[in-house]
Amino acid sequence: MTEVTASTFQSESSQGVKMPSYWGVVFGITLLALIFHYVSPGVLPDRWWPEWEIPAEEWLTTRIEWLKSEATIFGIAFKDITRAIGEGLKAPVKWAEYVLYRGHANMSWIWLTVILASVVTYFSTLRNGLIAAVLFLTPILMALFFGDAAPESITSLPKMLSDGLKGIGAKALYGPIPWVAIAAGVIILGHWIGGWRLALLCAFTMLYLAVFNVWKDTMRTMTIVVVAVPMAAFVGVVLGIWVTRSKIAARIITPIFDLMQAVPHMAYLAPVAALFALGPVTALIATVVFAMPPMARCTILGLQTVPEEIVESGKMSGCTRRQLLWKVALPSGKRTLMLGVNQVVMQTFAMVVIASIAGAQGLGHKLLYSLQQLKLGTAIELGIAISVVAIVLDRLTQGYANKETDHFAVAKTWAQRHKHMLIFLVILVLSYIAAIWFRDVTIPPSKLTYTGAEGKVTLFDPKVLARWMDGGIREFNKNAFDYINPIRDWVTLNFLIPVRNFFLWMPWPVFVFVVGAAAWRYGGLSVLLLCLALMASFIVTGFWVETMKTTYLVLIATLLCVIIGVPLGVWAARSERVANILMPICDTLQTFPSFIYLIPAIMLFRVGDFANVFAIIPYATVPAIRYTYLGLKRIPEVTVEAAIANGTTKRQRLWKVELPIAIPEIMLGLNQTIMMALAMTAITALIGSTDLGQEVVRSISTQNFGRGILAGFFIAALGIIADRIIGSWADERKKQLGIG
Amino acid sequence: MHNFIKGVAAAALMAMPVSAFAEAESDDPIIIVQNNWTSQLVLSYVVGKVLEEKGYTVEYAPSDSQLQFQAIADGDMHFQVEAWEGSMKSAFEKAVENGMVDAGTHSAATREEWWIPNYVLDKCPGAGSWQGLDRCAEMFATAETKPKGRFVGPPADWGKNYADRIDALEMNFEAINVGQAATLWAELQSAYDREEPIVLFNWTPNFIESKFEGQFVDFPAPSAACNEVKEWGPNPNATGDCGAPHSGWLKKAAWSGLAEKYPGAWGVMQNVDFTNAQIAAAALLVDVDGMEPEEAADKWIEDNKDIVASW
Repeated sequence: MTEVTASTFQSESSQGVKMPSYWGVVFGITLLALIFHYVSPGVLPDRWWPEWEIPAEEWLTTRIEWLKSEATIFGIAFKDITRAIGEGLKAPVKWAEYVLYRGHANMSWIWLTVILASVVTYFSTLRNGLIAAVLFLTPILMALFFGDAAPESITSLPKMLSDGLKGIGAKALYGPIPWVAIAAGVIILGHWIGGWRLALLCAFTMLYLAVFNVWKDTMRTMTIVVVAVPMAAFVGVVLGIWVTRSKIAARIITPIFDLMQAVPHMAYLAPVAALFALGPVTALIATVVFAMPPMARCTILGLQTVPEEIVESGKMSGCTRRQLLWKVALPSGKRTLMLGVNQVVMQTFAMVVIASIAGAQGLGHKLLYSLQQLKLGTAIELGIAISVVAIVLDRLTQGYANKETDHFAVAKTWAQRHKHMLIFLVILVLSYIAAIWFRDVTIPPSKLTYTGAEGKVTLFDPKVLARWMDGGIREFNKNAFDYINPIRDWVTLNFLIPVRNFFLWMPWPVFVFVVGAAAWRYGGLSVLLLCLALMASFIVTGFWVETMKTTYLVLIATLLCVIIGVPLGVWAARSERVANILMPICDTLQTFPSFIYLIPAIMLFRVGDFANVFAIIPYATVPAIRYTYLGLKRIPEVTVEAAIANGTTKRQRLWKVELPIAIPEIMLGLNQTIMMALAMTAITALIGSTDLGQEVVRSISTQNFGRGILAGFFIAALGIIADRIIGSWADERKKQLGIG
Repeated sequence: MHNFIKGVAAAALMAMPVSAFAEAESDDPIIIVQNNWTSQLVLSYVVGKVLEEKGYTVEYAPSDSQLQFQAIADGDMHFQVEAWEGSMKSAFEKAVENGMVDAGTHSAATREEWWIPNYVLDKCPGAGSWQGLDRCAEMFATAETKPKGRFVGPPADWGKNYADRIDALEMNFEAINVGQAATLWAELQSAYDREEPIVLFNWTPNFIESKFEGQFVDFPAPSAACNEVKEWGPNPNATGDCGAPHSGWLKKAAWSGLAEKYPGAWGVMQNVDFTNAQIAAAALLVDVDGMEPEEAADKWIEDNKDIVASW
């Protein structure tokens, strides 16, 4: 009924009689409804009627329990199938573990395979090399799969080799790749991709990992990354190609991608863990699910933006459909594809902390453990390790995407063309040999010591630094608390709690009306219908209260992020120097695990919504800063010059020219801010809250799959509603401005 | 899954010369669960190292403290050295129904209750008992709970309802539940540094005892009647007007296939038994002496050779 009233007034103005504006009417109706609700409470429903509630939660839980225990496909239990898949995925993870940090008698197989494959490749083709590698790896994979059941003949060779090596005291030769070689490899890769600058960054990072004694944990984390990234990239490319080829696939898959990215990571863990054993495999699958959509999106974009001329010339050369895809379209979209890989790497890495809840070892596990012990200093050291590794991975993949093909390569000798690889191989061999005598070559020592005349002297011990940081944080907290606490109390009592109470008091039809009005005004019928359906989903399933608590928290956090982020973005756009400082900070904030903010937030602000909001801000402000900065930077030179020619002052130019033009971009930043704030609610739940995020977290331990999945879905629903409305507004505005 | 794969494997390998399966016991790794608190980490390494000494292959798998039991029931993980009555009882019992094995109870007794740092007693001398604490309730108030005192409650998913007890005892407190254990410690650390009155949920044994001085608050002793008979206890009109048990169990949990697959290891696991003092000592090595959990396990084994030998 409300929608009909709105439509009558959609024409914003008419000649002669002054009609109230669309928003004036919406506001008026809302106000009247709220006053009415205040005067006679109970007439407008503030909750959905329990007898009409749809029991989606029970239904989902029983479905998953059923999948887990009873479902069969062709007589084979569904769980056995998922388990078998899980077991299959374990093998590559194991291999990565052997190579990166554990070492194993079976390592001799890897080296033999690598050597054999490279020899075959060198003398014939890449394809033959691959075939040789597969042939050679099959028996060892069988041995891995079948464990005890594997015939002795398969397992005896590596055993013989390793016993032999042990016999001559060269145990290190089947140890993991020495850290010296890995570090050198990364630095060399950095130099190959980005020159000395990137090599220096890589060197700094490797040094950090070694000095702060987090090398082994970093490698543990990397085992998941090195397996998950190719998997996610492969699945993403395949799905992306499928979407560009089939309209139906596009219809079905695109919204699923939206969902996969908007649902908080934690919501996947419980159901995945139920179907595929808890452990690294669950972490792997959850990571792939989360990291894959950007790859698919970039594939779609890359394929759709292949210039018509290239496709035409491909067709004229008589390419088949398959050749057109693999030899023409995909290579010409290489840059976009590599950006997709970059996104996959970043998302995978973002998942590492959370994956430790599901049984992945490494930096994330150590980080959570340190926080549990209030060892903040150690947690910060680990957090920095995660950040620097993420930044290196980002720069490496981005640099590779932008790397120009070396067109003069033909003129160079083979050795010149492969000098980076040759240097690496030499270091690899040398470090393996050195590892026989020096243990520190394999794994860096836990603290830097120096044995001199006066005995052993510790030069640097990361634990001492960590304890010093702990003390610093506590001291700060002790002194600042008395100043900060009154502010916290005042804001909580006079701002946060009243706003929350308002959201809980508000009847749901009012909320639906306001959101619906905005959806219809900017997005038209289709957006309106989508928003109504999404809102209905959480109202009729009995999640209204939790959803409103999340809405309130995210709304306030977003507001603060905009207040902080937009001015910073403007400042950065005006001063190169500020931008140079601010952008690396943004990188760090986004890669720094947000769990770490929680503990200082609790110490300073105690459990409560103030701490929750505070913990969201550092992470969610970043897009507000970035998009404002980019929006202002992207304004055409001509426009700015025209404004200057018209004699505008600096301030007029900002307010009357630059900001209005940049607004659509800024709004997209706002969109991202909302998404990130929503994602953070699952993490702030660890402070203590009662919203959707809490439901997600709790469902992991209580194994209430239905509740967890629904709560995750509703968080995503809020994000999608905001995204569609703001997105359509920005599109409309861009059209009005004649850009985009 | 093992059966499925092995079935396929057996069929596939029929023709191959299959030499004997491992003689008495298996080379497959025994997977020991690790959680994210100190004593559990050290003790799981202790058990793991003892098993390695006996020639078993051991792997450690980190896990959530609730999800782990289902994983043990399914055989994905094999052994958990610390299962707490207080926080894990329902998940533990549910998993036992699904086939997990209760591998025995430690000598150590666990307790969880409201807890105050000692300096609170200077400001409110009666705070050691619930009536005395209730008289000072306002001292614990925060802006949101005023005029009621604030009780910082256990993580929301631990299935405890302290709000009910507060109602039953008609106390002037409000329970604010936290999201995870670390939140409790952050609150405690912050208050402790500033000597601000705080009352929070705590349990023993854990690392808190070695870092903070304080005590549990006494509540009416629990009994079966407390939860059934209204007339029982200080409030004649309510059930549940009593405290938590003073000694809860600390159990070991194991996969049902262990006894068959690794009989020797299973024997060790059944014999493993820790006392409160031993657990505290293990945690102390890490939390106070700053060792890594794995180093601490070596030290603990060295310090307790006789006990280890008796397993």
